[in-house]
Amino acid sequence: MPKRLLKGGRVVDPVNGRDGVFDVLIEDGRIARVGRDLAADGALVVEIPAGCVVCPGLIDMHVHLREPGQEHKETVATGTAAAVAGGFTAVACMPNTSPVNDNAGVTGYILQKAAEAHLARVYPIGAVSRGQMGEQLADIAELKQAGCVAVTDDGRPVATALLMRRVLEYAGMFGMPVIEHCEEQTLKGDGVAHEGFHASTLGLRGIPGEAESIMALRDISLARLTGGAVHIAHMSARQTLEAVRDGKARGARVTCEVTPHHFVLTDEMLGAPVPYDTNVKMNPPLREAADRDAMRQGLADGSIDAIATDHAPHHYDEKHVEFDHAPFGITGLETAVSLSFDRLVHPGVITLARLVELLSVNPARILRVPGGSLADHTPADITILAPDRAVTVSARTMRSKARNTPFDGWKLRGAVAATIVGGRTVYVNPEMANLRI
Amino acid sequence: MKKDLLGIADLSGEEIYRILDTADAMREIGERPIKKVPTLRGKTIVNLFYEPSTRTRTSFEIAEKRLSADTLNIAVASSSVQKGETLADTAMNLEAMAPDMIVLRHACSGACHLLARICRSRIINAGDGMHEHPTQALLDAFTIRQHKQRLAGLKIAIVGDLLHSRVLRSNVLLLTKLGAEVCVCGPPTLVPPGIERLGVRVSIAVDEAVAGADVIMMLRIQQERMRGAFVPSLREYFHVFGMTAERVKRAKPDVIIMHPGPMNRGVEIASDVADGPYSVILEQVANGVAVRMAVLYLLAGGVEEGSHAEAAA
Amino acid sequence: MPVVMDAVRVARSLARIAHEILERNRGLEEIALVGIRSRGVPLARRLAAIVKEISGHEVPAGALDITLYRDDLMRHAIGAQPLVRSTDIPFSIDDKRILLVDDVLYTGRTIRAALDALIEFGRPKSIQLVVLVDRGHRELPIKADYIGKNLPTSPSESVQVHLTELDGRDEVEIEG
Repeated sequence: MPKRLLKGGRVVDPVNGRDGVFDVLIEDGRIARVGRDLAADGALVVEIPAGCVVCPGLIDMHVHLREPGQEHKETVATGTAAAVAGGFTAVACMPNTSPVNDNAGVTGYILQKAAEAHLARVYPIGAVSRGQMGEQLADIAELKQAGCVAVTDDGRPVATALLMRRVLEYAGMFGMPVIEHCEEQTLKGDGVAHEGFHASTLGLRGIPGEAESIMALRDISLARLTGGAVHIAHMSARQTLEAVRDGKARGARVTCEVTPHHFVLTDEMLGAPVPYDTNVKMNPPLREAADRDAMRQGLADGSIDAIATDHAPHHYDEKHVEFDHAPFGITGLETAVSLSFDRLVHPGVITLARLVELLSVNPARILRVPGGSLADHTPADITILAPDRAVTVSARTMRSKARNTPFDGWKLRGAVAATIVGGRTVYVNPEMANLRI
Repeated sequence: MKKDLLGIADLSGEEIYRILDTADAMREIGERPIKKVPTLRGKTIVNLFYEPSTRTRTSFEIAEKRLSADTLNIAVASSSVQKGETLADTAMNLEAMAPDMIVLRHACSGACHLLARICRSRIINAGDGMHEHPTQALLDAFTIRQHKQRLAGLKIAIVGDLLHSRVLRSNVLLLTKLGAEVCVCGPPTLVPPGIERLGVRVSIAVDEAVAGADVIMMLRIQQERMRGAFVPSLREYFHVFGMTAERVKRAKPDVIIMHPGPMNRGVEIASDVADGPYSVILEQVANGVAVRMAVLYLLAGGVEEGSHAEAAA
Repeated sequence: MPVVMDAVRVARSLARIAHEILERNRGLEEIALVGIRSRGVPLARRLAAIVKEISGHEVPAGALDITLYRDDLMRHAIGAQPLVRSTDIPFSIDDKRILLVDDVLYTGRTIRAALDALIEFGRPKSIQLVVLVDRGHRELPIKADYIGKNLPTSPSESVQVHLTELDGRDEVEIEG
């Protein structure tokens, strides 16, 4: 690959304290140098359009690629195509595939598919327990060796306190965080929506915020007991945020993420504009305005560590059913950047540098994977953003196999211009025709 | 009227009165020697019932027949639904045979909304999960108006399993829209969170709830509510919330007692109350036919401009 | 708007019709009046009153709503359904001579609907038709037995009957 010089973009690289116009020289798939007015010196010069931002590659630490076993919903290839179109140079994929990623065979299969797709980097996350059954620990050392970066039983919580204690202790031995889908299952019951006025009037069974916070409180206590690191996935309730703040203040090793839909939408969407739209059915459910506002506050004040999409593709047929019968989840990879700009950065809730921390720096730190900075000699995983570009979300043209998004037709400000993985351009926004990267 | 009747939530006060006034005229047809008018001749109406229902299905069917529609009953056993074709597929298949209206009863809230998005046929909600049962609320309002000549300003107590009741939701929406003063009452385990935002008072003391009431509406409590720990036992429920003659004495002397059926005697209502002088339970059933005739007639006409587009959106 | 009948003319026409009814129908106990809603109903009541004044005999009068028998329902994709009002015939029509009363006879479709409706209440011995105004342009083979006034019109015109009971005045106007 020829040397390339990205010239004239606004570089936002919080780890290295950079926020200004810098040039980035890419050589042999790595960042050779970042500096002002670098000489071309034989490199191909790429002019970054005015207003665009060059930042370390975004990392989505919570996606469902569905392969193996549910290829009708998504594959590693389509999922990573969606990832790079959404500005993500890496994704961490959840183990609730079929079979479950609880052994090196499945991990290796996913990595092989990722290598074949050759788009975004894929970091598999292994199961906490065999078959995610919540009984026996999975072979975590084997998973680590095969390439897993964390463990979780996502889709369901680690049911017993004892197993949670053990996995915190055991995975801690390998420096792997335990990612927890916090849900007290008896309190959740057969709920399908946030417990409150909207679920009540629509006759939908409710899930209170406490179903999440009670489990987070347990896990944070156990993280303090064991010294292990727990990461709260897709946090939705303000009570959970309080628990995380309190845990952090007391020195527990707890981190957390929030999805774009939980900082953008509320349970009001259950009734309007499309009543009982199954594309607003997700777990945890869309909560009320006070929760959404708390999530924004947590993103602003640093209590929340990461934005992750919980990209959950489902086939059209699976969602084209009664609300009660539809599976939980929506896609997220291709809308996260636009929603974050439109709802967080442009209204002044967070700075651009903070956005880069939430989408790149912190996910890399929590998962202990490369990336999150534009340091010299690190792999050239770079995302180029177009913060002011108007976007109309179109489910039909998405790279993901699935179309289950509640944002179809939304007009947002903020787009992805291009995505570079290991120095190779894997995505250029087709609407930015004059961009040659 | 819009294309479909999915819930009281979609109706204006004016539309509700129009239905009640039309039902007034329809009632007379039931008293004729030949209880039939040719209004819906040539119209096909499918009664698609995914839940067993005797009262509602029979009532719709009589209403349809009195208006000379061709009716077709499809009862789908709930047990076979999971394995069988999806609701969307069933809807599309029915749609291909071009019925004019589909009356749907389904265990899932919002099932009628799904159907309305798929079908050109007009959809009438005959009860969807815990969401709404609009024709029941309309017939309740009709019955109240018969006895009290008005709805605005009446004190109405609704007592029972509020959480799981679609009848509750439709009645609360309708009665508050027309200016009644509604108090809902049940154990806190069976009160839908946030229901007070619909403009009702929530009470957990039945004696207080029925005090001075013009109307007492009872809701059914189901046997299976003891699982899930909503109530300890039906015996205890009757003791704390059951409508007894003693409790009825706290209401206005001309109170009427209503129940959407099916009743559990000795659970939510004592037999002497159900069969007593204040009970209008069988009148409710009789009025159901006239109210459903009114709904069928009004929906069969032209739609207001724009409502097709809304339905398709 | 040209007034074609004023209150005096309306009263005179009704009185004449009442006399004609008495002349043509022997056995007043067999007679009953049925007015078609809306304006046939007050006309039927007035005729009953005049008949009683002349003969001393009480002729029953009922009200018939023909909305549910109309042949133009649901022919339009847009627009609300016509209001249904109640039918009130508090006597048996079996073996009666029914005098069906309406304000204006035009295409005949209303009368067709009324005949259908009436026949479902029983088997009258005969049905005769009374109208205040016959404006022509029949689309069905129907003719009135008693006519207050024959009024030649063009199809684009509209005939409005106002009656004190409903409109505060007795007057027939022609518009268009």
